[in-house]
Amino acid sequence: MNDIYSRAGDAADPPSLSPEYRSTVLRSPSRPLVIIPQTLSEITGPVYGHSDVLPGEADLTRQHAGEPQGERIIVQGRVLDEGGRPVPNTLIEIWQCNAAGRYIHETDQHPAPLDPNFTGAGRVVTDDRGHYQFTTVKPGAYPWRNHHNAWRPAHIHLSLFGPSFLTRLVTQMYFPGDPLFPFDPICNAVTDAKARERMICRFDLETTKPEWALGYNFDIVLRGPAATPPDSD
Amino acid sequence: MTDRTPSQTVGPYLHLGLTQGDFGAPEIFGPAVANAGLPGIHIRVEGRVLDGESVPLPDALIEIWQADDKGRYAHPADGRPLASNSFRGFGRCATDKDGSFHFATIKPGSVPGPNGAAQAPHINVGVLARGVLKRLFTRIYFADDPANANDPILALVPADRRETLMANPDAKSPGLFRFDIRLQGANETVFFDA
Repeated sequence: MNDIYSRAGDAADPPSLSPEYRSTVLRSPSRPLVIIPQTLSEITGPVYGHSDVLPGEADLTRQHAGEPQGERIIVQGRVLDEGGRPVPNTLIEIWQCNAAGRYIHETDQHPAPLDPNFTGAGRVVTDDRGHYQFTTVKPGAYPWRNHHNAWRPAHIHLSLFGPSFLTRLVTQMYFPGDPLFPFDPICNAVTDAKARERMICRFDLETTKPEWALGYNFDIVLRGPAATPPDSD
Repeated sequence: MTDRTPSQTVGPYLHLGLTQGDFGAPEIFGPAVANAGLPGIHIRVEGRVLDGESVPLPDALIEIWQADDKGRYAHPADGRPLASNSFRGFGRCATDKDGSFHFATIKPGSVPGPNGAAQAPHINVGVLARGVLKRLFTRIYFADDPANANDPILALVPADRRETLMANPDAKSPGLFRFDIRLQGANETVFFDA
């Protein structure tokens, strides 16, 4: 049974065990993964699209009575597969801390202020060309307890389905030039420097709206089709 | 070719993005996969997610993907018409403080497999958590199902590890199956690479 989806691109992903990120030590499988063929169970997957999400869910700055504090930003880009084809009508879920580096979450104890006008969660569905856009504020950096004086670089979490169970991706989008990159074991769990760069968005003057918001471009590439085997003569 | 965007952990604040219904947004999906009127054998699957020291994970998220009672997936790559438009085959449950999760669903039917072989009824499972850098992927089979003996995927799993993929019926509660996920260590759950 031939593969429908490529396996080679898995090399971009971080290994399960990445000891510098301490939480992986007891949460990574110690036995090798069992390699299986791609059956109907794997090449199908959840289908959620425009009928499930309201248009306003893509604007995280308008979920409350007032405007959130911080630097307003627009993030836009395309969702593609490894073959460069757009992935249309796919759900993206996003979440982040506020501009001060605080999550509206009971386990976040960082003594930075919550913002009554910011929840930090949104959803958007790609259009028929694979394009998406959301508006938010730039998240702050925040400390965590992985090691002494550990700080996460500013990031936005993104969760995507794509067309099958095998295309599911959860990643984090970082911002250009962050001085915390060399010290972050989550970002650096991705061992290939070029692959790490693919998690960093690009400042985009075209997306930037005068007198309103800075714009960033972030294309997301999901697992794509396996290379077609050559015809046998 | 375009190079893939790498995977990253969901982190400890996953609920904010992945159970948005708890933070004021409309709920799209949750632990209920099958509504009461859906044809099929209605079941409940309960379990816990445990780390390499058998400590439960309070910050994991389980996603399931399954066929209906006739083994049909709600997806264009399957294409067979479903009995009900309400069945979408997907469920999601964040673990509780004690690492527990649950799903209310139906037992899926047998699903077409490689080279014309049938696959035993199974539920596809994704595991996301703080400390999990890339989604882990496993399957739930039903321990009391004789079709397991001929399942082409179970046949690829070392015999002494197949038990980790079995949901066991609870003798005291009809329709309840128990399925724990052990990320590491003795009786580590089998995870797949497809």
